[in-house]
Amino acid sequence: MSVVQRPKEAYLNVFAYRMAPKEEFFTRGHRACQGCGPALGLRHIMKAAGRDTIVVNATGCMEIISSPFPYTSWAVPWIHVAFENAAAVASGIDAAIKALQRKGRIPKKKTNILVIAGDGGTADIGLQALSGMLARGHNVTYLCYDNEAYMNTGVQGSSATPFGASTTTTPAGRVSFGAGYWKKNVAAIAAAHDIPYVATACPSYPLDLIRKVRRSFELEGPAYIHLFAVCPTGWGTPPELTVRMGRLAVETGIFPLYEVENGRYKLTVDFPQGLRPVEDYLKNQRRFRHLTPEIIQQIQERITAEYERLKMMEKVTQE
Amino acid sequence: MAEVKCITADPKGVLTGVHYMDGNHAACEGALAAGCRFAAGYPITPSTEVVERFSARIPLVGGVFIQMEDEIASSICLQGAVWAGLKAMTVTSGPGMSLMLEHVGLAACLETPCVFVNVQRGGPSTGLPTLPGQADMQQCRWGSHGDYEVIALSPSTVQECFDFIIDAFNLAEIYRVPVFFMMDECVGHMTEKVVIPEADKIKVVERRYTSKPPEEYLPYKPDPDLVPEMVKAGDGYRIHVTGLTHDEKGYPVINAQAQHEMVWRLVDKIEKNAPKIWRYEEEDIEGADVVVLSYGISARVALKAIEMAKERGLKVGRMRLIVVWPFPEPRVKEIASKVKAIVVPELNIRGQIAREVERIVEGTCRVMRVPHAGGTVHDPERILDAIMEAVK
Repeated sequence: MSVVQRPKEAYLNVFAYRMAPKEEFFTRGHRACQGCGPALGLRHIMKAAGRDTIVVNATGCMEIISSPFPYTSWAVPWIHVAFENAAAVASGIDAAIKALQRKGRIPKKKTNILVIAGDGGTADIGLQALSGMLARGHNVTYLCYDNEAYMNTGVQGSSATPFGASTTTTPAGRVSFGAGYWKKNVAAIAAAHDIPYVATACPSYPLDLIRKVRRSFELEGPAYIHLFAVCPTGWGTPPELTVRMGRLAVETGIFPLYEVENGRYKLTVDFPQGLRPVEDYLKNQRRFRHLTPEIIQQIQERITAEYERLKMMEKVTQE
Repeated sequence: MAEVKCITADPKGVLTGVHYMDGNHAACEGALAAGCRFAAGYPITPSTEVVERFSARIPLVGGVFIQMEDEIASSICLQGAVWAGLKAMTVTSGPGMSLMLEHVGLAACLETPCVFVNVQRGGPSTGLPTLPGQADMQQCRWGSHGDYEVIALSPSTVQECFDFIIDAFNLAEIYRVPVFFMMDECVGHMTEKVVIPEADKIKVVERRYTSKPPEEYLPYKPDPDLVPEMVKAGDGYRIHVTGLTHDEKGYPVINAQAQHEMVWRLVDKIEKNAPKIWRYEEEDIEGADVVVLSYGISARVALKAIEMAKERGLKVGRMRLIVVWPFPEPRVKEIASKVKAIVVPELNIRGQIAREVERIVEGTCRVMRVPHAGGTVHDPERILDAIMEAVK
């Protein structure tokens, strides 16, 4: 565990993955597709969370691929209840731990409670439970792995599906150009609850991800992490390019990496030389191949404005 | 009594021809043929293909598909579309149906004509997402709180997914009730030949819009068949709909008298019209010793068992429910008086329909349950065993 002792900046900007913990708590042998972004992310997340963690999994790809009885990929206690209620289940676990500790039934030591839910289970059906959990201030880290559609049931659009993407319920064709709405910004919704910690992360930046997960557990109170997770099956990208696609999303600014700690914004991966054009990210994906230059231009304008806004927030809140 | 206004289907929504498709796609085509121009849905295996196809077809037909944030939202969203003048449906499976139940009661109370498609999977809870069950049959009848009646249909073949969903939409319009289209995973994912006729061969029931002038119209004043007439937003009528107990004007009236009138009418409009709604298929009932009564995919599996029983020289008849609710009580009672036993195979273990048969026959003949927890269909041998046991 040498990583924790060093100052953050010492490893943040250097790709020194050998410094990550060797122990695996999300183990191999699961049934994810080749090049699965969320599964890669989970491996890092669990390295950061460590042994003393209870995982609450909402229904979704990661639940299905990791838990078909009698097999499991989880080397920590794990619970799955249903689709919409992962945050409520975690709230109950937090309350139970507090009660048991108060009564002296279990020792008073820190137990990490980690929710793993997809973008459908977070931005759509689970939003109510998530908001309740954040508002009540439970000591839980809620991690949403966002692969931008309902991949488990066959690529139906969610409210985290990006503008213009073709899914099986927002199909592109003669009449429609795919999803006609902008991606819901759940990280901003979480931040609006004024909770101690909100962050965005991506498995293509593993050390940044590991640090953010650790930080979320260090701070007392609820935390929300939005993990951008490439889905080769649903997006129509080559499985071997998962890490590169994640990097392109960050480098083009379509998914900026930042954190909000006690209201202070900070871009954790910034590009002082400027962002790459979003087309670099869009062009390799089947779900975007129908996009016209006009729509790409619309997306580009939105990204630039959003990124500027984030920089502004960083400037305003850091002062 | 108000005349049921039948028209022919809008050719835009009818994909005339011979197709090879699965039950979910056929149900979608049937809905489009029936004039459904709005669907709200939320992805859930094994029903998702219905709305996937709907979302791809509807831009060309002219209509709207909205993917909502959950099933609760879907089941209320479609009612908004209905009150704005469209025919609408939502599609789901067990866990989603459980979330929708509050709005099933609302649809019954507001008398919203709409269709809930439930492609049943094994339960309870998450259960068997990709495997069949028939264990939601009582849920669809009783699921929401309070007294009300619904109509439920159950298809056995892919062709019937197309044909009967049209009937489901028509019944919804005639009686202004939520109609359940109770498919199952097997029927939904089975691929078969489907013949879609020409649009002018498909009968579609128009909504009961009133012809009264606005000053005479009362939103919940029933016609002699106990069903009130509707109006459409923008036609200049004053209307108020509420889930509270209401009088003929549609305004909330919180007392026992209004409750008595409203709830009895909601139940009576189905019970008293039931002879016009019942629909079943019979074969070799006369002279039979045993009748196999079933529905959906189980009725189809039962065919094999009946064939095997006939090879052994047994006299076996067959009754298949097409409309499951309201239940054809008099006919089942009549059959019970003539046979030794009624065998009821179904993919649930508590006898959701068998219990209803037991209640109706009141011991005049034996009722043999053939329970199955779901996950696959019956082994015909098990149904045969029950038939053999019945004739002993």
